[in-house]
Amino acid sequence: MLKRTGVPDRSQIKDAFPDESYLIKPKAIIECFEAIPCNPCETSCPVGAITIGADINKIPVIDHAICTGCGQCVHNCPGLAVHIVSIKEDKALFRIPYEMPDVPKQGDIWDGIGRDGKTVCEATITAVTQKEGFDKTTILNVETDKTYLYDFITVRRP
Amino acid sequence: MGMRIQNHPILEFTEKKPVRFFYEGKQMVGREGDTIASALHANGINVLSRSVKDNRPRGFYCAIGNCGSCQMRVDGVNNVRTCITELTPNMHIERQRGLADDQT
Amino acid sequence: MIKHEELIIIGGGPAGLSAAKSALEADLNVLLIERYVRLGGQLIKQTHKFFGSKNQKAKMRGFNIATLLIDGLKDAPGHLTVLTEATVVGMYDERIVTVWHDATYKKYQADAIIVATGASEKFLAFENNDLPGIYGAGGVQTLMNLNGVLPGTDIIMVGSGNIGLIVAYQLMQAGARVTSVLEAAPRIGGYAVHASKLRRLGVSIKTRTTIKRAIGENKVEACEIVSLDDQWNIIEGTEETINTDAICIAVGLSPMHQLLSMAGAKTSYISELGGLVPCVDENNQTSIDGVFVSGDASGIEEASSAMVEGRFTGLIAAKKLGHVTKGFDKDINECRDQLFNLRRGPCGLKIREGIRKLREVNDHA
Repeated sequence: MLKRTGVPDRSQIKDAFPDESYLIKPKAIIECFEAIPCNPCETSCPVGAITIGADINKIPVIDHAICTGCGQCVHNCPGLAVHIVSIKEDKALFRIPYEMPDVPKQGDIWDGIGRDGKTVCEATITAVTQKEGFDKTTILNVETDKTYLYDFITVRRP
Repeated sequence: MGMRIQNHPILEFTEKKPVRFFYEGKQMVGREGDTIASALHANGINVLSRSVKDNRPRGFYCAIGNCGSCQMRVDGVNNVRTCITELTPNMHIERQRGLADDQT
Repeated sequence: MIKHEELIIIGGGPAGLSAAKSALEADLNVLLIERYVRLGGQLIKQTHKFFGSKNQKAKMRGFNIATLLIDGLKDAPGHLTVLTEATVVGMYDERIVTVWHDATYKKYQADAIIVATGASEKFLAFENNDLPGIYGAGGVQTLMNLNGVLPGTDIIMVGSGNIGLIVAYQLMQAGARVTSVLEAAPRIGGYAVHASKLRRLGVSIKTRTTIKRAIGENKVEACEIVSLDDQWNIIEGTEETINTDAICIAVGLSPMHQLLSMAGAKTSYISELGGLVPCVDENNQTSIDGVFVSGDASGIEEASSAMVEGRFTGLIAAKKLGHVTKGFDKDINECRDQLFNLRRGPCGLKIREGIRKLREVNDHA
């Protein structure tokens, strides 16, 4: 399905997430489902939570028990395929990579967008970070209702 | 149609110096760093040449000097690949018709 | 008058620049010839972060890799001469080339030549495919990322390989709207992560769909798209007209073998490598002694492998001319390991198959 539509199946998405009990702390969700020659997520991880191995074509495996949610892999992933997720009470908190010209401001409420490009929820922008080390990838902190934990992937101006 | 990119997340297109040139005798303005083809595009000119046999309109295709579909007459020189030739001030750019040799 | 050179490298892209670096480090004198006004090849318009591993500068943006490779030539011991806006228009016996530069033809004879001419974009047959407003996807990438000019506002991308997907995304980043990406095959050709990035932006990817004809007088105004059955035949009645002011064709690349063919190097048509390619040995040497090839000109791959191949070929050419570097064996093995690693996965299946066929052709010869 992914290779026909570009949208991962629900089961693939669920498999990329750890048990929700892990998400009291921020964790990296890696949506890299295809064996491509690439390993910056592994080499950028400061705690060794991500494993690809000598064959750089292997799909990354993340140990969510080790992952600190630091977000190094988010701006280092060339495929924009990693985001950081946590749950706080009835909210889902995200840190997403963003490379579009229209950049939101802190406090803005934009549309929360799903993996098929459709609007799924309201998304509050809680922080906008642009740093030299991110090399032009903006990192957005976004808050949505917890219901959209598995649905939200990016934001768009309403 | 063609137009300048206003706002870009990765690249910085800082306002560059305008460059005056002439297309079929008409004065136009491009920018420093333009190729002839990009300057024409930004001025709304897409038809860069005509096919030899049927006189069909041609634009550029590859933009790296391979295909030859963008060849024009520049300052009196025929068959200049406008996609890889930088625009310089006061260039005179004309369309060629048929085989360029017919006009020289 | 024919000027003599030690090593001539034709093409200043990822392969040519990497070849120049290793040749210069071997203390060779190098003449690097580039058609465009500056070095870097197609890297200079690549705004995305690169895949691969650290050895191939993964996670750096392509245009920054170009700068890195160009700067890397500065401190090497060998002597480098760069000709830009110079097109090699002929290649003959005895490793003689004719170069069009500064409105004159110049002739050079070299002890060795590395052909790193890259690739050209393939075209597609459909009605009105010659209308202005129909571009190669790479051509559009040049126009927008180098010159800062958009080809249109409502764009159709034909082809869902990595170039199609990446350029579609970059068009959206530059402020255009990509109406859809068409793919004649049943599956998306490029990396799924690139496709997913596009889908998030609301761009539809239509598999089993192709362009039937372009519509317009002097410029594209619309196009007719149509569904294909599993035998690749048009399904009558599924035609749909979409308004568009630019159509990008991203249906693959062909190796630029022309100079090698002209010089009489043996070539073979290998579809997995993108078309007609020079028959090379395991040292990237063509059937002509002292003439090497590297990068897309020897078979279509990613820029990551072109860089490794370039480095490899530069070392080999230097050795051929009697300049064996200190860590030669180690460096060569490192290059081979890197190429093996880049190609060993499912994405490398095609290139592995292509290289196997090429070796077969050589064995029969």
